[in-house]
Amino acid sequence: MNQARTNPLNTAAMHGALILYTLIALFPVFVILINSFKTRKAIFREPLAMPDADSFSMIGYQTVMKQGDFFLYFQNSMIVTVASLFFVLLFGAMAAFALSEYRFKGNTLMGLYLALGIMIPIRIGTVAILEMMVATGLVNSLWALILVYTAQGLPLAVFILSEFMRQVSDDLKNAGRIDGLSEYTIFFKLVLPLVRPAMATVAVFNMIPIWNDLWFPLILAPAEETKTLTLGSQVFIGQFVTDWNAVLSALSMAILPVLVLYVIFSRQLIRGITSGAVK
Amino acid sequence: MQKPRIRWHIAVFLAPAVLVYTAVMIFPLFNTLRLSLFSKVDQERVYVGLQNFQTLFGDPFWSEQFWNALGNNFWFFLIHMLVQNPIGIALAAILSHPRLRFAALYRSAIFIPTILSFVIVGFAWKLILSPIWGIAPGMLDAVGLKSLFAPWLGKEEYALTTLALISVWQFVGIPMMLIYAALLSIPEEVLEAGEIDGITGMSAFWKIKLPLILPSIGIISILTFVGNFNAFDLIYAAQGALAGPDFSTDILGTFMYRTFFGFQLQLGDPHMGSAIAGAMFAIILVGVCIYLFGIQTRMRRYQL
Repeated sequence: MNQARTNPLNTAAMHGALILYTLIALFPVFVILINSFKTRKAIFREPLAMPDADSFSMIGYQTVMKQGDFFLYFQNSMIVTVASLFFVLLFGAMAAFALSEYRFKGNTLMGLYLALGIMIPIRIGTVAILEMMVATGLVNSLWALILVYTAQGLPLAVFILSEFMRQVSDDLKNAGRIDGLSEYTIFFKLVLPLVRPAMATVAVFNMIPIWNDLWFPLILAPAEETKTLTLGSQVFIGQFVTDWNAVLSALSMAILPVLVLYVIFSRQLIRGITSGAVK
Repeated sequence: MQKPRIRWHIAVFLAPAVLVYTAVMIFPLFNTLRLSLFSKVDQERVYVGLQNFQTLFGDPFWSEQFWNALGNNFWFFLIHMLVQNPIGIALAAILSHPRLRFAALYRSAIFIPTILSFVIVGFAWKLILSPIWGIAPGMLDAVGLKSLFAPWLGKEEYALTTLALISVWQFVGIPMMLIYAALLSIPEEVLEAGEIDGITGMSAFWKIKLPLILPSIGIISILTFVGNFNAFDLIYAAQGALAGPDFSTDILGTFMYRTFFGFQLQLGDPHMGSAIAGAMFAIILVGVCIYLFGIQTRMRRYQL
């Protein structure tokens, strides 16, 4: 590191640019959050002021609690996301193991077939997916969403996980085979624990798009009892569009769980992206 | 060598993934393409060949909407390429600077919009830009530019660009992260060799780093392309299925949704919807092929 790359003026300019962009990135979120705790009057009179004793109000949250079934929506989103991730990871890891461990006829072809879905969005097939879900009676059930998100997540999961599984030492697996372990035991007891970091990366990558998706909940599961949080808040806000307190509170309640998840998983997410898992 | 025998465990390991993927993704994809060749006549599904595509491209009612949506979609993509990716690269270049303090903090903060759902982003910006609330005009007033304010989301000529910029705001974190990763993987020796030759600062970026991160920029471009051409959520959340004002923000995703699901007075038509899906599939396929065969193979990769 020499002088030319770290002169103080440059450093100040860099921090200036980053602070400016950070403000742009956070400002809307900040405005929504602070105004959700204010009275209607205060929201309009001084939108940028922090809530104080005078302007503080929880009226919006009360409306949301009374009118919308946000706990149910939250629970639905949770079930769908966790179940989809579970199947993506389990099925993806199994397929990745088969592709990376064994040499068999059609191995490369199978790999290519599974990789097709990385570039082609599953939404293109929506019309036929809906028909299929109607025909099987899965429409308006969480299973419809879980199946779709599992299929959507599998291609990238298989791709990333098989890259990692190639790095697991052969000696270890062969030692297991000599000890008489079955292929299934080798996979579950020896290989899976070793690729845990890669599994976490895949999980974090898939989590956000599944949680935030609006398209499939809207089309496959719009019933009241199967609404996800994203669809639920969309419908709620659409109905209460003139009740600013309720809208701002609903938005805040939709932001919070994602923000909490992000704080917990951000290190994993950023490490996943920067480790070149998606190159 | 042992005699080849059927190794059942391979099938067991592959079966669940292949079954779910085939049944829920590949089969519906081809089934949708097949459905686009049918139409409903007297409650019966009949084969009509390419008639739906003829309607889509030939009937003025349909073709006007289709070209409008496609044109809008290209504009949407162009803005992402011209605004999102350069900003992402610039942020990554600054962040990757050695010894920059708080880099992790900036990185995490700038990535926050990316994790929010379209619904939140759409409504949050709708409120902020709303002339009723007055945050945007108030802030412009503070810097003496109040005359510039217009209800951007409500004006035909600005709405699409505004939405594209909102989408850029949301997703700038992705190019930033990918380019940041690419920049970090450039070995220090290469940069030091450049320094000895007197290439530092900005010129080091243009002459050494940029050529080395071109493959990453290629990947980002194709990800942006695929993402934009099946976008739907933001427009739907902010402007509704009608993609107002007067269809000025209609893109292929909203057009397909309206067509196959129906809205207000128009009944849903799964076969026309499939035809639009087929057109989207073709566009994405062409884009991916241009990338894979035209760009990726010609790009010079440097062995580091």
